[in-house]
Amino acid sequence: MSPRARSGVKYALAALGVILLLIGVSLGEYATVFKKAASICFECIGIG
Amino acid sequence: MVHKHSRHVIQLISAVLTNGYFSGFASGSIYKGPLKSFCVPTLNCYSCPGALGSCPIGALQAVLGGNRSNVSYYVTGLLILFGVLLGRLICGFLCLFGLIQDLLYRIPTPKCKLPRVLDRPLRRLKYLVLLILVLLLPVCATNSFGIAPPYFCKYLCPAGTLEGGIPLVLAEESLKAMLGWLFAWKLFLLLAFLLASVFLYRPFCKYICPLGAIYSLFNRFSFYQMHVDRTKCVGCHTCRDKCNMGVDPLKNINSGECIRCGECGAACPTQAISGSFLQKKPSAASRNTSPLA
Repeated sequence: MSPRARSGVKYALAALGVILLLIGVSLGEYATVFKKAASICFECIGIG
Repeated sequence: MVHKHSRHVIQLISAVLTNGYFSGFASGSIYKGPLKSFCVPTLNCYSCPGALGSCPIGALQAVLGGNRSNVSYYVTGLLILFGVLLGRLICGFLCLFGLIQDLLYRIPTPKCKLPRVLDRPLRRLKYLVLLILVLLLPVCATNSFGIAPPYFCKYLCPAGTLEGGIPLVLAEESLKAMLGWLFAWKLFLLLAFLLASVFLYRPFCKYICPLGAIYSLFNRFSFYQMHVDRTKCVGCHTCRDKCNMGVDPLKNINSGECIRCGECGAACPTQAISGSFLQKKPSAASRNTSPLA
C-alpha cells in the first residue's frame, strides 16, 4: 500500500471513529456504559 | 527513542491518572462520578476501587450484552479513535497490566521464548478471544431477558481480578462470604499469567488480550508510526534480537505485534529506528538502500 493510500485510510478511519462516537452519544450509549461502570461488576471481579 | 525507565515512568503516571480515586481502596467502594461514562484507552477494570473511567472491553460487552442494542457505536467509535491515533503504543506506554508484566519480566531469571510452531498460532488466539468472548457471545448467548454477562471479564480477564477483585475483597469483609469457584478460577488464571510473565515477555498481551487485538489492526494505519531509516541501517539485526515481542523491524516495522516500546530504537547502534506522528517520506537513497539486500 502506498504512503498516500495509507494516509487516506487513517483519515477515513478517524472520520469513521468520530461519526460512530457521535451516533453513540446521540443514542445515549454512554448512559449504558455509565450504568454498568458505576456499580461494582461482581462478574468482572470473579464473584458474580 | 524513549528510554526503558522513562517508559515505565509514563506507564506509572498513566496508571495513577486512570486509577486516581485512592479513597476507594481504603473504603472498598468504587468511583461513581460522571467520568465513568468515558472509556479509558487501556484494559483497566471499572470495578477497580481507584478507576476513574471505564474499561473499553467491559463497556463494549455491557452495551452488546444489554437488551437495547447489538451494536455499540459509542465504544466502537472511541476504540477506532484510540487505535488510529496511537495503535499499540497504548499497550507499550499506557496499560497498567502491561506495566505489571514488564516489571515481572525484569526479575532476573532465565528467560524463554515459545518455539515458533507454538508461538504463531497462539498469537492468533487474541483475535479469537475478541471475536467469540467479546463480540459474539454477548450478542448470541443471552438469557430470557436478552441480557448477557460480560463473558471475557467474567471468565478470562486477569486484570479485573488484580485491579478489582483482590482490592475489593481485601477492603470489604462482606464480599469474602460471596467468594466461590469463579473467584478461585480467576485467581488461578491471574497467578498463571503473573508467573508466566516472569519468564515470558507479556504473555497476556501477546496471546490473549482482546484490546491489544483491536489496536493491532490499527498499527499500520495509525497517526503514530515507527520508521526505519534505511540509509542509516547497517543490517546488524540488533533490533530484531532485542525485540521482546518477536517483531523484526526491518521486515515489518509497523507489525500488529509491535507495542512501540522503543527497545529496538534504543538498541540500534546507528539510531536508524524512530517513532513519531509525522509522516516521513523515504528519500531516494533510502528507497534504494536495503540492508537486507
